[in-house]
Amino acid sequence: MINKMEVLETNHMIEQENLDVRTITMGISLLDCISDDMNRLRDNIYRKIYNSARDLVSTGEAISKEYGIPIVNKRISVTPIALIGGSACRRDEDFVKIALTLDAVAKEVGVNFIGGYSALVNKGMTPADERLIRSIPQALAVTERVCSSVNLGSSKTGINMDAVRMMGEVIKETAEHTKEQDSLGCAKLVVFCNAPDDNPFMAGAFHGVTEADRVINVGVSGPGVVKNALQQVRGESFEVLCETIKKTAFKVTRVGQLVAKEASRMLDVPFGIVDLSLAPTPAIGDSVADILCEIGLEQAGAPGTTAALALLNDQVKKGGVMASSYVGGLSGAFIPVSEDQGMINAVKTGALTIEKLEAMTCVCSVGLDMIAIPGSTKASTISGIIADEMAIGMVNQKTTAVRIIPVVGKDVGDTVEFGGLLGYAPIMPVNSFSCDAFVNRGGRIPAPIHSFKN
Amino acid sequence: MKKAIITVVGKDTVGIIAKVCTYLAEHQINILDISQTIVQDYFNMMMIVDIGATKQDFGDICADLETVGEEIGVVIKCQKEEIFDSMHRI
Repeated sequence: MINKMEVLETNHMIEQENLDVRTITMGISLLDCISDDMNRLRDNIYRKIYNSARDLVSTGEAISKEYGIPIVNKRISVTPIALIGGSACRRDEDFVKIALTLDAVAKEVGVNFIGGYSALVNKGMTPADERLIRSIPQALAVTERVCSSVNLGSSKTGINMDAVRMMGEVIKETAEHTKEQDSLGCAKLVVFCNAPDDNPFMAGAFHGVTEADRVINVGVSGPGVVKNALQQVRGESFEVLCETIKKTAFKVTRVGQLVAKEASRMLDVPFGIVDLSLAPTPAIGDSVADILCEIGLEQAGAPGTTAALALLNDQVKKGGVMASSYVGGLSGAFIPVSEDQGMINAVKTGALTIEKLEAMTCVCSVGLDMIAIPGSTKASTISGIIADEMAIGMVNQKTTAVRIIPVVGKDVGDTVEFGGLLGYAPIMPVNSFSCDAFVNRGGRIPAPIHSFKN
Repeated sequence: MKKAIITVVGKDTVGIIAKVCTYLAEHQINILDISQTIVQDYFNMMMIVDIGATKQDFGDICADLETVGEEIGVVIKCQKEEIFDSMHRI
């Protein structure tokens, strides 16, 4: 039988260490909504999402009450809209109408984000893909809850550099379209290499075409829990350190698995995966950077950071896979800047630069995330940053992403405030040497060789 | 049998257990195990109860117990057992 210490430990994690389930995300296929008539298409999309997800929020709240664990977000991901809108959307503006439908239904069912305003262009672009991408700045400006993502490369196909060049411009335009809100639109836009089909986390969630009609994916969190556990083993060897992280990750993931199973049962929607991510929030004590400090660094970004993060990421996975048989999504440690107080401090003190963050993305999930840069940064420079990050993902056969915000009217030394879970960030300096000639070449970077590994 | 765990944490005062038990008795909730300690004037109690026989909705039980707690100045939480089981048992 459960003993008192165990009950106290669990409740301490929830009350003092910010343990929560970060998101229950329902993936919904929109493939059966396709129509060449715009009005019918929008109507089909609205009805499918509404009928699938109308009980999602209340179910999440009920589970939260039953187990006494906060479930922070309830969200929806849908099939990439470039695939769904292809035959009905003849102009860029037509795609924006679909974005408005998604936003309206998201508000109606009460979810805080809906992901899938996406295109998968890792090898080439269809006219529909291109139109959707061109429509992103406007779509993100006129909607509140829609999130957009574009997959630009993969280990199998290489990197679509035409799309990389385009996305540099699209990110700039998105910043410009939402300049009154500190370029907030860019916080809802992410580009990927090797994008996962079952990611429950925003802004990059979409419902892949190989997925079932509907599915429940759950993202867990718990940087505060890991940090507190590590406080108990200060000065101990790496073996003890790793063992502690694994055990903690196991416990955190089991909570996610329980919530996922229960949500799946109550909603009568198949369970997909648990995403074992250490996802920070701006709340004090809910920081991945603080874990790195607890491992033994003065600040995130100090020499040793990449090694410490590699270790952390690997142990989180090792503990997590024991706790759930279906692990997927991004699964690892997230290192966003604006959403993590420890990261913000590291940037402010000069310990952490974009270049060091880039190195860190080689060993952890996601990539350059929620980084604010000067609004004057050139589109080609952003494309260059994206290309670097895509190359890391392509060669290392892992997911990498870029969610970067060129804040219009702000420069190094300023701070930008996004509010809520998105947090705030100091503007980081960017290497200003030009990469125009490289970015403007056009075409694709071929897939890397999958042999002769060194 | 469906088990839930009730925890009570707060400043010690007369009648905490009485109040909680009265509520449980009124709603056909059977107590299976009860343990209690007082550390530096702080009351710390854990109960394992059977909620199989009650007709009350689980969410309402949690809310009612929370209110009982507020009346006597302690924090009362009621959670289904599975969260502890899944976290601490392989």
